[in-house]
Amino acid sequence: MDLSNYLVLASVLFTIGAATVLLRRNAIIVFMGIELMLNASNLAFVTFARMHGDLTGQVVAFFVMVVAAAEVVVGLAIIVSIFRTRGSASVDDANLLKS
Amino acid sequence: MIAQAASTFVPPEVQWFALVPLMVVLGAGVVGVLVESFVPARARRPVQTVLTLGALVGALAVLVVQGWQWFGPEGTGQVLVLGGSMVLDGFSVALQGTILLCAFLAVLVVTDRTSARQDAFAPSAAAIPGSEYEELARRRGLEQTEVYPLLLFAVGGMLVFPAAGDLVTMFVALEVLSLPLYVLAGMARRRRLLSQEASFKYFVLGAFASALFLFGTALLYGFSGSVRLDGIARMSLTVAQDAPGLPEGWVLLWLVGILLVLAGLLFKVGAVPFQAWTPDVYQGAPTPITGFMAACTKVAAFGALVRVVYLLVVNAPPEAFDAVKAALWTVAVATMLVGAVVGATQTDVKRMLGYSSIAHAGFLLVALLGFNAQGVRAVVLYLLVYGVSTVGAFAVVTLVREVGPGGEVVGEATHLGQWAGLGRRSPLLAASFSLFLLSFAGIPLTAGFIAKFSAFEAAVRGTPYTGSATALVVVGVIASAIAVFFYVRVVVIMFFSRTVEGDGSTVAVGAGSAEDADGRGATAEEPEPHATQQGTPQRSSVVVAEGAPAVTVVRSEWGSLVTVAVAVVTVLLVGVFPQPVLDLVDGLTRLG
Repeated sequence: MDLSNYLVLASVLFTIGAATVLLRRNAIIVFMGIELMLNASNLAFVTFARMHGDLTGQVVAFFVMVVAAAEVVVGLAIIVSIFRTRGSASVDDANLLKS
Repeated sequence: MIAQAASTFVPPEVQWFALVPLMVVLGAGVVGVLVESFVPARARRPVQTVLTLGALVGALAVLVVQGWQWFGPEGTGQVLVLGGSMVLDGFSVALQGTILLCAFLAVLVVTDRTSARQDAFAPSAAAIPGSEYEELARRRGLEQTEVYPLLLFAVGGMLVFPAAGDLVTMFVALEVLSLPLYVLAGMARRRRLLSQEASFKYFVLGAFASALFLFGTALLYGFSGSVRLDGIARMSLTVAQDAPGLPEGWVLLWLVGILLVLAGLLFKVGAVPFQAWTPDVYQGAPTPITGFMAACTKVAAFGALVRVVYLLVVNAPPEAFDAVKAALWTVAVATMLVGAVVGATQTDVKRMLGYSSIAHAGFLLVALLGFNAQGVRAVVLYLLVYGVSTVGAFAVVTLVREVGPGGEVVGEATHLGQWAGLGRRSPLLAASFSLFLLSFAGIPLTAGFIAKFSAFEAAVRGTPYTGSATALVVVGVIASAIAVFFYVRVVVIMFFSRTVEGDGSTVAVGAGSAEDADGRGATAEEPEPHATQQGTPQRSSVVVAEGAPAVTVVRSEWGSLVTVAVAVVTVLLVGVFPQPVLDLVDGLTRLG
């Protein structure tokens, strides 16, 4: 199978993730969109590593996983604290700050 | 087979001495976490303070020694750590020094409990605002001393960020500096809803931007087979010579990749169109943290941006260079104009400083787009001047407070109308704030003038290959002129506007938020400044009306005072005798 198909898949996943972040209203789903973007990047890294016959891309994927895990910890903590205060995790409800 | 693997294993060569400042800062952060677990609550605050300030001073001292050894009269030149993952050249050492200095000043503000005997952080950040538990934590006098290790981790990330020699190190550094900041932004003692919201917005937009950065990195890796900045640059020069065997559209991979990477970095510096978070986070975060973030993050992020622009964009495949240059020009123009124009309409001091920081990001981009060595020096000088005066300005903001109904000191009085007459009540404080504002505006005899002048000069010179950026400088001068208006407006409000009460000791403002002591009423909606003023005719957009919390100036314990004093001295010294600093920056960045 042609390796470039994986790149197409990675781009599609990345676009879906970005669209989720920009369009959805629930904080948890927005957050899932971000994770999808990170994992799409991982797929691209691993595919490119295979194409170049080089290990760097695979090593990077591990770094990204660790960073994504740390991001989940911080992100969920923030979302949960907002949810407990307001009883809602909607991005639109967080609108006290404006010019 | 295992034996064979062992015999071919090459241990990495690590220049441990070069990493000492970083290890001191991160190590102190880890020790700080242990302090939280093992030191009794009463002693934690002094221990953490000493540990944090000590680590920053120690790291700075080692950095100075290193700078002398590498770039002094008998300097040995730049040091590559871990085969080039970190590049310690004069440029990164200069920026690391700036970051450590600004961080030290910002931590002094963080430690300051002022005469109100309270720091700026929630007694228990995990408690629901307005809950019984929060009230209990407040009465027990709990303090969230985890702030200090978090600050140190953020500083650690910032030290790596401008020195990163490959995009993966840059990405990890980006996250290490961002994650603690997301948390810190949500820990304000008062106006906790705003604070949590700021933290949330910062997190979502920040994570989105780092995902863009990462995908861009993936594409550049695909383009070149390397994540090293120099490796990618070498590859794009190869493409420039029409290397055979590359599929069509290979340059497109570079173009999309670099635009995504730049988007991630421009988000961190707060450039338009990625500026949306800046005013919100600046306003919502605890003020000492805002000062830290505004100064140090900008220094670190511009360091990384300079590296990417000067290694990747300058060495672009020729057919792609113009596209990236056009994109950066557009961003620079939009950033300067949005920062200056929207900033002029703000009525909240912290928001106004947020827009001012956006405008400054634009001016820094102008220096960058000269694409010459002078531009790099201008960026370093500008960041030093901007960073120190920003920390100073936010330190002043922490001292101007509202007074609650019972006469107790509550949150900061951030509405501009509440600053009316400050010049009469605290002339020194108001004068130093004015000095910072004039420096932001770039008035001669302040450091801001020298910085802005060298930035614009670098852009006008340009390079033979890229041309000069004179058009950008024209826009920059216009934007500066607009910005002068809103800086001077604040000075006028502080010194020349009359207060309502005759005695001049208190100022009443219709816009203040009715909060009781310590943010227990934080669940109440924050009233929009204009909402309550409709009935009364006012003469300007910044109004002083009756029937709202009075304003007082609290005394600093010592931290904020030292910060303001150091910032004032720096702004004046660099403004009047710029030569030593210019020579220092020049000497450091010449080799880089």
